[in-house]
Amino acid sequence: MANTQGTTGVLGWIDERFPLTKMMREHLTEYYAPKNFNFWYFFGSLAILVLVNQILTGIWLTMNYKPSAAEAFASVEYIMRDVNWGWLIRYMHSTGASAFFIVVYLHMFRALIYGSYKKPRELIWLIGVVIFLCLMAEAFMGYLLPWGQMSFWGAQVIINLFSAIPVIGPDLSVWIRGDFVVSDATLNRFFSLHVIALPLVLLGLVVAHILALHEVGSNNPDGVEIKKVKGPDGKPLDGIPFHPYYTVKDLLGAVVFLLFFALIIFFIPEMGGYFLEHPNFDPADPLKTPPHIAPVWYFTPFYAILRAVPSFAGTQVWGVLAMGAAIVMLFFLPWLDRSPVKSIRYRGLLFKLVLAAFVISFLILGYLGALPTTPERTTLAQICSIIYFGFFFVLPILPVFETTKPVPERVTK
Amino acid sequence: MKKIIVALAFLALPGLSFASAAGYPLMKAPIDLHNQASLQKGAKLFVNYCMGCHSLEYQRYNRMARDIGLTDEEVRNNLIFTGAKVGDTMKNAMPKAAAKQWFGVTPPDLTVIARSRGVDYLYTYLQTFYKDPTRPFGVNNAVFPNAGMPHVLWQLQGMQEPVFTQHEDAAGTEVKTLTGFKLTQPGSMSPPEFKEAMADLTNFLAYVGEPIKLERQRIGIWVLLFLALATVVFYLLKKEYWKDVH
Repeated sequence: MANTQGTTGVLGWIDERFPLTKMMREHLTEYYAPKNFNFWYFFGSLAILVLVNQILTGIWLTMNYKPSAAEAFASVEYIMRDVNWGWLIRYMHSTGASAFFIVVYLHMFRALIYGSYKKPRELIWLIGVVIFLCLMAEAFMGYLLPWGQMSFWGAQVIINLFSAIPVIGPDLSVWIRGDFVVSDATLNRFFSLHVIALPLVLLGLVVAHILALHEVGSNNPDGVEIKKVKGPDGKPLDGIPFHPYYTVKDLLGAVVFLLFFALIIFFIPEMGGYFLEHPNFDPADPLKTPPHIAPVWYFTPFYAILRAVPSFAGTQVWGVLAMGAAIVMLFFLPWLDRSPVKSIRYRGLLFKLVLAAFVISFLILGYLGALPTTPERTTLAQICSIIYFGFFFVLPILPVFETTKPVPERVTK
Repeated sequence: MKKIIVALAFLALPGLSFASAAGYPLMKAPIDLHNQASLQKGAKLFVNYCMGCHSLEYQRYNRMARDIGLTDEEVRNNLIFTGAKVGDTMKNAMPKAAAKQWFGVTPPDLTVIARSRGVDYLYTYLQTFYKDPTRPFGVNNAVFPNAGMPHVLWQLQGMQEPVFTQHEDAAGTEVKTLTGFKLTQPGSMSPPEFKEAMADLTNFLAYVGEPIKLERQRIGIWVLLFLALATVVFYLLKKEYWKDVH
């Protein structure tokens, strides 16, 4: 019996009942991707690789981890010492958390330089920003679980931010913690959210992200739409099937990534205190505030923005709002950038300068967010915050002053 | 003139070197996890001088035995004073609540102390107890001012008195900085012997902080070699597939 895919045998039997071959074709063998992807296009598939790593190692960690204030710290050391290969699973997970953010930040940077958020890919970008938010929540809750000093006090500081919200703030923060301080109740609910609720949302969003991408097709370093120029067979002339071309290319990317990943896991798992903070090897002590509380590196840019905003009219809520706005602004990016040219290759010097200022200010904020404040550092953080937000306000008027280069019809080499 | 500049440069040195929270420069701990003799000496010092108050709650005796080159029998006869079994973790008998009353703070578990404070801190801490009659136990510490711990190693080290240097800080105020020590009452060990003993003890704590470290690095080499080889294979595979893409 024939089916629409023309398959027979076992596969034919399945295809009559489930769109297996159809999906394979739509998303792999007949999904046409631009042939000119460069280095920056590795990070999407790498993000999936790291997600899988986090889920698998997470499942095995959960088998021995105890989500209780009395046992959590000890259970992590138990995993590190008494569980066969537990140390490897734990380091893969802790290094994976940082790797996830490195990969995602580079993935987002790619979108910025090649205008991947622009029409018709606005929704891909929006889903992506929600993924980023979800990932931040996931990382934040996961960081409480080892129940070290930084786990505890980091969570305490961040949850207390909610209490700065007028009227409902104090009650809200108690509701989040399930207690008046970070406690066993908080640890238990964060564990629940970290191991099932957020990963479930994350997976769903990733599927939506990819489906939206495959609906409109991938952007590329030239920012031209390959679907505009098709051959007589209806296939884009500048497109190549994702499988096998990009599966073998991404495999190469994955192996090179794993080389760096393994280097960290096996030789520098603490990454000088950035991936595993030294004070987190002290068990959580609600009565002993550490002299300096720093969030993990991937949150430091936003933490620096929070601290840069002074309290005003008797409330500190402005810093919290600024930190939230730093992410909310990303949602508006597709409509703020009004230039018809997507890729940085054909945009003017002005855009390059503005983008460079944005990226540099973000990096400086990240550096400052890890350090204790001094008046000079606060001033620098304020300047960088202004540049960060300034980027979004300058974008809409940029095309008025910008001279762009002509965009080619077809992709270049 | 040159001499003055050199002298000034040296004055600035403590500020430049990696200083502890208290401002006292940390000494570099000579860590060598391959040196089993040193680890064994460190283990002996730990169970004799530290374990009365400090536990190693996550470290098993037999794991230690295996890793530092001892037999279970040797550990049982020489290093277990608590009646623990060789497969137990290295706990001590001191009740935590009572300890808090005696010292003002429960002596912390030291299993991962080398990872939280760093080995240089421990190495320096162990050597910089000095006489201070104003403190309850008659001693203070250079890197952990007003530490609640007595100088339990004084019989080995002897007792040293602090040497302070007077100078003006940037704001022009006279400040007194602890810059060194003078041994006033010799201990059973000579200063070089004590320094070496503390290196052994720090080395042991570094081992206990992460017992898998040497094994992890050994495996890591093979993992990297495998991935390097895989990189070549996948590069050739990619090149082969892509040769018809123009």
